[in-house]
Amino acid sequence: MSDRDVTPPVEGDAGPRELLARAFRPDAVKVTALFAGIWVLFWFLSVQLGYPINGIVSTIRRVTFLSAVYALAVLALNLHWGYAGLFNIGVAGFLAIGAYTTAILSGPTGGTPSGLGLPLPIGIVGGVLAATVVGLLAALPALRLKADYLAIVTVALSEIIRLAFNSRAFSGVTGGASGFDSLPTNPVRSLLLSEPGSIISTPTALGRFVFGLAESLGLSRLVAINVVYTVGTLVVVFFVYHLLERTAKSPFGRVLKAIRDDDVATRSLGKDTRDFKIRAFALGCGLMGLAGVLWFVTGPRSTVTPSNFRPQLTFYIFIALIIGGAGSNTGSILGAAVFASLLFEAPPLVSTLATQTLQVSAQPANLIEALVPLASGNLAPLLGFLLSNIDTLRFIGIGVLLVALVQRRPDGLLGARKETAAAVDLSAASRPADRGGSDE
Amino acid sequence: MGVNNVVNRGIGYARDRPRAAVVAAFGGYLLFDLLLKIAGVDLGPIGGAIPATRVVGYLWNGLVIGLVIGLAGIGLSLTYSILNFANFAHGDYLTAGAFSGWAVTYIIAGLGGAGRIGQTALYLLLGIGSYRLESADLVSLVLLRTPPAEAGANIWLSPVGVVVGLVVAVLATVLVALALDRVVYKPMRGQSSISLLIASIGVAFALRYFVAFVFGNSRRIVTSTTKLPSVSIGGAVINAHEVSLVVAAVVLMVGAHLLLQRTKLGKAMRAMADNRDLAQITGIPTERVIRWTWMLGAGLTGAAGFLLVLSQSGLGFTSGWRLLLLIFAAVIMGGIGSVYGAIAGGLVIGLASRLSLVWLQGGFASFARPTAFALMILILLFRPSGIFGGVKTA
Repeated sequence: MSDRDVTPPVEGDAGPRELLARAFRPDAVKVTALFAGIWVLFWFLSVQLGYPINGIVSTIRRVTFLSAVYALAVLALNLHWGYAGLFNIGVAGFLAIGAYTTAILSGPTGGTPSGLGLPLPIGIVGGVLAATVVGLLAALPALRLKADYLAIVTVALSEIIRLAFNSRAFSGVTGGASGFDSLPTNPVRSLLLSEPGSIISTPTALGRFVFGLAESLGLSRLVAINVVYTVGTLVVVFFVYHLLERTAKSPFGRVLKAIRDDDVATRSLGKDTRDFKIRAFALGCGLMGLAGVLWFVTGPRSTVTPSNFRPQLTFYIFIALIIGGAGSNTGSILGAAVFASLLFEAPPLVSTLATQTLQVSAQPANLIEALVPLASGNLAPLLGFLLSNIDTLRFIGIGVLLVALVQRRPDGLLGARKETAAAVDLSAASRPADRGGSDE
Repeated sequence: MGVNNVVNRGIGYARDRPRAAVVAAFGGYLLFDLLLKIAGVDLGPIGGAIPATRVVGYLWNGLVIGLVIGLAGIGLSLTYSILNFANFAHGDYLTAGAFSGWAVTYIIAGLGGAGRIGQTALYLLLGIGSYRLESADLVSLVLLRTPPAEAGANIWLSPVGVVVGLVVAVLATVLVALALDRVVYKPMRGQSSISLLIASIGVAFALRYFVAFVFGNSRRIVTSTTKLPSVSIGGAVINAHEVSLVVAAVVLMVGAHLLLQRTKLGKAMRAMADNRDLAQITGIPTERVIRWTWMLGAGLTGAAGFLLVLSQSGLGFTSGWRLLLLIFAAVIMGGIGSVYGAIAGGLVIGLASRLSLVWLQGGFASFARPTAFALMILILLFRPSGIFGGVKTA
């Protein structure tokens, strides 16, 4: 601090570490670096596992897609919790509303159950609107509750929504417990194929280009379609990110942050906080609806079944937000990517790889059979048991991580929460050099 | 004259409290409709025919599940008022209690009962006689993988096993709760209720999947009804497991009542629930009271988990989690912080979830749980102090 006072910061005499830190500061660089790291990791894992090129690309594609849809949902939740301080843990319910509405509006007629066969854009708009309206209806009475009551109300609402979709009473419309089977066609298929239903049909002009490119890399058509869809999802994430960044920096966003930090003070400044909260809640719910559509309706291997929308899903999204740091849109994307790839998708791959390379053949049926051989110094059964139960272990790890984060880093692992009270940047670096430091 | 008075008073009441009047009118309508249905009078839109025996069955099942919810609700209500946060891991405490208790019951029952075990231990000590234990597969007994009939997990075949299992369920859940409090919640004392709530979500994940890690993630039938005595009262079949559940739950509830009302500890707990800072400056050892709160709450919850399995017989690692929202509904209905409210709320939720099946028939039967949740939301919105009007832990 002291040498900053005498010498104003000059570009040239910064050490390499500071230069690196400065270069890493822009949010775009952080996101790009994280995604690049994730891609390298999964490329490495799938090459080590001996996947063919199609397998490698679809592994990376799957991880990217999951990161992207998580990012959409986390961004929407960040608007609620990070900006407006609304503790909404009914995210899964709003994803379900969006997904089901779109499926019902745009599903082909004559399927089981029959959709309305409307064009997909209408269906998507319908899904987003439905989620917004339900959010609005929920917000009108619920937002005057204190935070932990709101949490209980929202999680109960999401269960009511899921159980209603699950019910036999409406199975003619929703498909009941087995879910809505006849989903609308993936828009990328319609874009690339003359007959979207058949993958071997003649490609369209754009399709010829894409499939030609894919073929030269040795990729199948299915992989190409899914990659294009994933890229499209990333584009949506980009737009939603910018929408929310604009919102956060607008006067509207500043009021939201003020509400989060002190509701009473904001009200005493003459702001109708309830109105702001309701609008923010409805906007966030609409975005959750969009996430639900892109994730469960039109995405690769998507299914719209009630069991997709259990409260666990809400908690995954919530944990991703906490990892990234509530209140930061960039943090939301980073947290979503870290959660979806490193915590969710990587452990099973690492486990398979470890089982192969370490040649663990022991597969004890339960923990006791795994622990007993320890007495004779035999580690292999325990290792085999741990590796084959990686699915369970990763949830224990996620729970422990959440506790550790709340205790030690409540602002998130990547702690990117920046609060600027002024509309213009007032940090030292942006000041004229001749005045730097004199008034610190 | 008398009738006129009653009607006038009713109208005055409705004018003063229109919302309560609507609720009362709806409740009255449902009761009237139920009576018509039992009597078999069909008046078009209301009435119909439903066998009285089925209603009795609903009432009995509702009472049984309601007592379990109420018992678990006491624990949730205590931690909510004294530690000041909604514990989302509470359902998983219940699961942990159920698994640990039944594992012990299985061992005792599977090895041929407590008598055999004691005899063998005595023989071992004295160095005489021979081992008289059944040649059971201990591992699959501990992990609840032995078929229930083979293990004899049944209060008639092995009463000591069930009683010891109940005690172990209580003790194990207390230990789990104390350990988790030490590691997770103690460093966070005084933080906002939301931080604690988020931490409890993490605890819920870790605990739930730890149980799955040890016991496996398949749902299983735990108790057997072989040779289990049962009686039929008014058409409802009541078996010995359900009767022992009711007895155990009532005894535990009365015990909790005495502890809270008659001991200094109970007074300290109530004082802390009212005002923590004031309690602390009056010299109440808050840390010790918090420890006792966890012990009492978790103990009752572990017992609730064990008893839940006794009556419902199915157990999986998500059993407690699935019950959590209903427990919340009970606690909220009774007013957060009120022990008696939690018991009453549990009974209301239990009875409502079963009795609602009178109206929710066919495909709508799955709406029993959503109905309970909707009731909870309405109470939070319009009467957050609970239906009994904000009675504190008193």
